Amino acid sequence: MKVFGVRLPGMSSLLIWGLLWEIIGRTEVSFFLPPLSAVITTLFEIIGSAAFQKALYETAYAFSAGVFFAVAIGIPTGILMGKNRLLDELLLPWVNIFLSAPLTALVPVLMVLFGFGMKSIIITTTLFAIWIIILNARAGVMQINRSLLEMAHSFGASPWAAFSKVYFWAALPEILGGVRIGVIRAVKGVIIGQLLISIVGFGALFELYANNFLMEHFWAVLLVLFALAFTISEFLAYLERRVSYYAAKR
Amino acid sequence: MAHRSLLLKFLSAFLVFGAWEIAGRIPVSYAFPTFVESMGALARMAFDGTLLQAYTETLKPLAIGIAISAVTGIAIGLWIGLSNWFDWLFSPIFIVMQAAPLAALIPLLVMMYGIGLTSKVFVVCIMAMPVIVLNTAGAVRNTPSSLTEMGRSFQASSLEVILKIVIPAASPVIFSGLRLGVSAGFIGAILSELKITPTGVGDIITYSRSIADYASMYAAIFSIIVLAVLFLNLLEKIEHFLFEGNTRGYASD
Amino acid sequence: MAMPQTDSTIATIDSGKQDIAVSVRNVTKNYGPVEALKDLSLDFPRGQLTSLLGPSGCGKTTLLKIIAGLLDPTAGDIEVDGKAVDGPGPDRAFVFQDFALLPWASVIRNVSFGLELRGMAKSEREDIASKYIKDVGLAGFEKSYPHELSGGMRQRVGLARALSVDADVLLMDEPFSAVDEQTRRKFQEDLLALVANENKTFIFVTHSIEEAVYVSDQIAILLPRPSRVSDIIRPTGLREKDSHSIRRDPEYLDIVDEIWDSLRSYVE
Ligand SMILES: Nc1ncnc2c1ncn2[C@@H]1O[C@H](COP(=O)(O)OP(=O)(O)OP(=O)(O)O)[C@@H](O)[C@H]1O
Ligand SMILES: [Mg+2]
Repeated sequence: MKVFGVRLPGMSSLLIWGLLWEIIGRTEVSFFLPPLSAVITTLFEIIGSAAFQKALYETAYAFSAGVFFAVAIGIPTGILMGKNRLLDELLLPWVNIFLSAPLTALVPVLMVLFGFGMKSIIITTTLFAIWIIILNARAGVMQINRSLLEMAHSFGASPWAAFSKVYFWAALPEILGGVRIGVIRAVKGVIIGQLLISIVGFGALFELYANNFLMEHFWAVLLVLFALAFTISEFLAYLERRVSYYAAKR
Repeated sequence: MAHRSLLLKFLSAFLVFGAWEIAGRIPVSYAFPTFVESMGALARMAFDGTLLQAYTETLKPLAIGIAISAVTGIAIGLWIGLSNWFDWLFSPIFIVMQAAPLAALIPLLVMMYGIGLTSKVFVVCIMAMPVIVLNTAGAVRNTPSSLTEMGRSFQASSLEVILKIVIPAASPVIFSGLRLGVSAGFIGAILSELKITPTGVGDIITYSRSIADYASMYAAIFSIIVLAVLFLNLLEKIEHFLFEGNTRGYASD
Repeated sequence: MAMPQTDSTIATIDSGKQDIAVSVRNVTKNYGPVEALKDLSLDFPRGQLTSLLGPSGCGKTTLLKIIAGLLDPTAGDIEVDGKAVDGPGPDRAFVFQDFALLPWASVIRNVSFGLELRGMAKSEREDIASKYIKDVGLAGFEKSYPHELSGGMRQRVGLARALSVDADVLLMDEPFSAVDEQTRRKFQEDLLALVANENKTFIFVTHSIEEAVYVSDQIAILLPRPSRVSDIIRPTGLREKDSHSIRRDPEYLDIVDEIWDSLRSYVE
């Protein structure tokens, strides 16, 4: 977008939307939409509060643990599927099913099996993220150039060396692509988990603010959450671009 | 070859459902019914009409929400893809929406629109809309320039270029955006039934959990997952059928 | 290197007495800071085929698109039949390097697409399209879709589409570059027949010296950016020859050599 020959940076229109939010908030058309400035003031008030930090900590904990399991289980599974045809044919239908299944429906099962706590939220997060990670790692391994594998064998690489020195790196761009999408899904998963099991993290905080009609607080938390999610996703996209240069040259 | 793959699919299903059965027999948890019990409950609910009733309830916000998201989402996406200035103004909103956990808006929607159908439709819309908009816009932007130039060289008007070249060229990606939107819409519809008020399938899940009828609960969850997966597969088949030979994939999620 | 007889074959004909279909006058085109064309002038005689030959990136496509009216020149004018060009018109038809076929439309719809845009009734335009589909040798493929055709067949569809609008000037941007060598040779022969039979003006972009010499009445050699016409060569004696023996003709070989000599310095 250019105005009078000056290029406007990509996300700069958000400033306009922020301004519009402020104006609408000031006119008090809706109780539910306080002005942006009030929300930001509140944001600075609550950001240091114990309740907020506890929620942030709990969410970050569930999120990191969930992503950790998704990555630690997903990548090896995907690589194995890419290498072993039988395993692939056995697992692929299930991976595809869970990739498109409405996983929210599974949260009640997790609640009865694993309790109304952190464990269920972590599993929810993992479930949201893992399938796309598996699928991409599988695709990454499957596209590896045959001659690269033969090279490893001809130099007498042990299975472990072939895995850690060849398969993993050759499939890295696809794997990272999967991790990026998986992480974005994990952000959604951790929040959905917390909303349904609403006694921990931001889920509890939302409940508290909503029940007491603390609109500024509510929006402040939303703002933080969205900004964090957006930053994570942009950061991963940046990392992926850094790696893709060698993907093009394979 | 087709034989082997079908056989392996059956084997795979057999292994998973067998493991479910065994885990239920042990039992691994008091809340873990066997596969046979769950399927029994599913058959019972299917025959006494409970499921049918539940699904008419559940699919209502889903269908309305998807319809609204499809119409407005494609319109906005086309506009974003065609106009630089609209792109600058609106893209960031949908990019943020795509990355953000929009489920967090549910408590707000409930405050604003209550616990009825409106809120549930809204939940479906906010889940489904971003991917539809972004796919449409991306597809329009990626119309091969040689096709639009071809149109212009034969004196097509801008409207003709849009109607006869841009939209048909973009439609495979728009359609797959719709499919992803439906997938997200399912998540939203179930989330809203579990979070806002238990109705439809969400009601069966919540109620049977509260009376510890775990077989029915598992059956309801099983049925909604099967339904969603079958429906999305059907959409994918339709997509292949409609746009065979016309596929240009754009990654998006 | 220059052979004695080459000088006689390159006759600079007085263009004043010729009927000029398209004339490019002092055209300059800048892409931002990049000067693609600079003060380029060139005339295209009616009923003849003129090749634009030059190294990659020298602005051949740019010039062709300016003539087509798809791009505006930064300075200078284009005249077709004495009328100034401002935008695409029914007097010119473009054959695209990558074919630019609609993947969702059958061969017949693709071929009749130009006529469809002119608002011609369906039955009428399909009659015309069928005729040209036959002419390019695709009879029987009317209902096929582009992805079911080979590269050479797709290019024929693109050619039939351009022919069906019956424009006076055909603009062809490396039309044979995406087909294999055998098909390419066949196309070149077909093109010669087309030039002989239809009274149209052809403007033909190519990378290949041999191709240019084989098919052209006039070859304009363009130099790298900012591009001007460095030389105009007219293979006078080749048109009378039978298309099979042209490639063995000493005049053909001499002109190929000579063009290569003049372009070599820019490649190195
Ligand atoms: N849209 C554009 N924006 C900026 N520069 C351009 C654009 N199109 C072409 N150019 C520049 O103008 C010059 C001429 O381009 P053009 O496509 O006309 O070359 P060409 O002779 O057709 O090359 P080729 O034989 O490779 O097709 C090139 O150096 C290119 O860098
Ligand atoms: Mg070119």
